[in-house]
Amino acid sequence: MIAGLYIDGASALHRATAGIKILAMMALGTGVFLIPDWPVVAVVLATVIALYPISGFGRHIIWAQIKPMIWLLLIFFAVQLWLNDWQAGLLVVLRIAAIVLFASLVTLSTKTSDMLASLDRAMVPLKPIGVNPEKVSLAISMVLRFIPVIATVASEIRDAQRARGLDKSILAMIVPLIIRTLKMADDVADAIDARSFDLD
Amino acid sequence: MKTKDIVYIALFAALTAVLGLFPPITLPITGVPVTAQSLGPMLAGAILGARRGGLSIVLFLVLVAVGLPLLSGGRGGFGVMIGVTGGFIFGWAVTAFVVGLLIEKLWNKLNVVNAALSIAFGGIVVLYAIGNAWVAVAADISYWQATVGAAPFLIGDAIKVAIATAACLAVKRSYPLISKAG
Repeated sequence: MIAGLYIDGASALHRATAGIKILAMMALGTGVFLIPDWPVVAVVLATVIALYPISGFGRHIIWAQIKPMIWLLLIFFAVQLWLNDWQAGLLVVLRIAAIVLFASLVTLSTKTSDMLASLDRAMVPLKPIGVNPEKVSLAISMVLRFIPVIATVASEIRDAQRARGLDKSILAMIVPLIIRTLKMADDVADAIDARSFDLD
Repeated sequence: MKTKDIVYIALFAALTAVLGLFPPITLPITGVPVTAQSLGPMLAGAILGARRGGLSIVLFLVLVAVGLPLLSGGRGGFGVMIGVTGGFIFGWAVTAFVVGLLIEKLWNKLNVVNAALSIAFGGIVVLYAIGNAWVAVAADISYWQATVGAAPFLIGDAIKVAIATAACLAVKRSYPLISKAG
C-alpha cells in the first residue's frame, strides 16, 4: 500500500479526531481571510509554527512544508509591493503561509485510515441523495490496488515501445495503457459481479 | 450505477495518480514545469463521459485530501489543496465533467476538431477560470493579473490537449465506453 504523509506521534494534535482538525482548518482558513491586519495574521502564523515542535515535528519538517511555496510567496509579495505597499504584501504572504502550514499540520498528524474513517461518517447523512458509502469504500480500495498495477503495465508498454523505437512518444504509451487497463477493469467488474458483491 | 462504472471510476482515479509519477518536463526558455498529471482529468472526461469522469477525479481528490502523496512530485494532503494553486486542483473535477459533457453530446459526430475544442474548453478555459479566480483571491490580485501569471503554462496544456484528443479518438475507435452508457 502507498504510504501516506502521516508522521507518527503522541501529541494532543495526533490524538484529536480527524473531524475536529478539519473543522479547525476550515475555521482558520476562513478566519485569516477575514482579518485585514497583518500583525494579527503574523500572530496566527507564529502560533501555527509553534504547533509543529509541540506536536513533535522538527525544523526540517516545517521547512519541507514551506520550501515548495517559497518562490510563489516571493512573487506575490513583489506583486503587492508593486501594486500597493509592503503591508499588503506581508498580509498576503502571512495569510497563505498560515493556512498552508496548518493544513499540512492536519495531514501530518492524522493517519490516512482515520481520515477515511471520518470520511465514512461524513458520508452517512449524504445517503438520501444517492451517495453509497460501500461503493465509495470499494472504489477507494480499488484505486489503491490499481496504482501499482497500472505502473507495472506502463513499464511493460514502455519496454515494448522501446523495442519499436517509440519510447519517446507519449501517445504510443498512453493509448495501449488505457486500452489494456480498461480490459483489466472489465475483468475486475466481472469478478466482483460473479461473487455477488451486493452494491445496492 | 453498475459495478463496471465503479471500476472505471477507480481506474481513471488511479491512472491520474500514475500520470503524476512521470517526471515533469521543463519547457525551454520559460522554465515552466509541465507534468503529465493534468492529462488525467481530460482523459477521464473524454473517455468515461461527464458523470463517471467527474466522479473519478473527485475520488482522486479525496485520496489526495486524506493524505496520500498522489499529486505530481509526491505532494498531497490539505496543504497543497487549499494552497495558492488549489483552484487548479479542485478545477480538475470540473474539467473532467465539462469535457465529458461535451464529448457525450458530440459522440456520434466526433472528429479531431470538435474533440480538441471540447478538451481545450474543459481543460484550459474552464480550468483556468477556476484556478485563476482562486489565485486572485489568495494573492489579493486582480483576475487579469492572475491570468497573465498563468499564461506560461498554456504551452504545456496545449500539448496535453493534443495528446488527450488523439488518445480519446483512438480509444473511441477500439474501446468505446460512452455510447455503451447511453
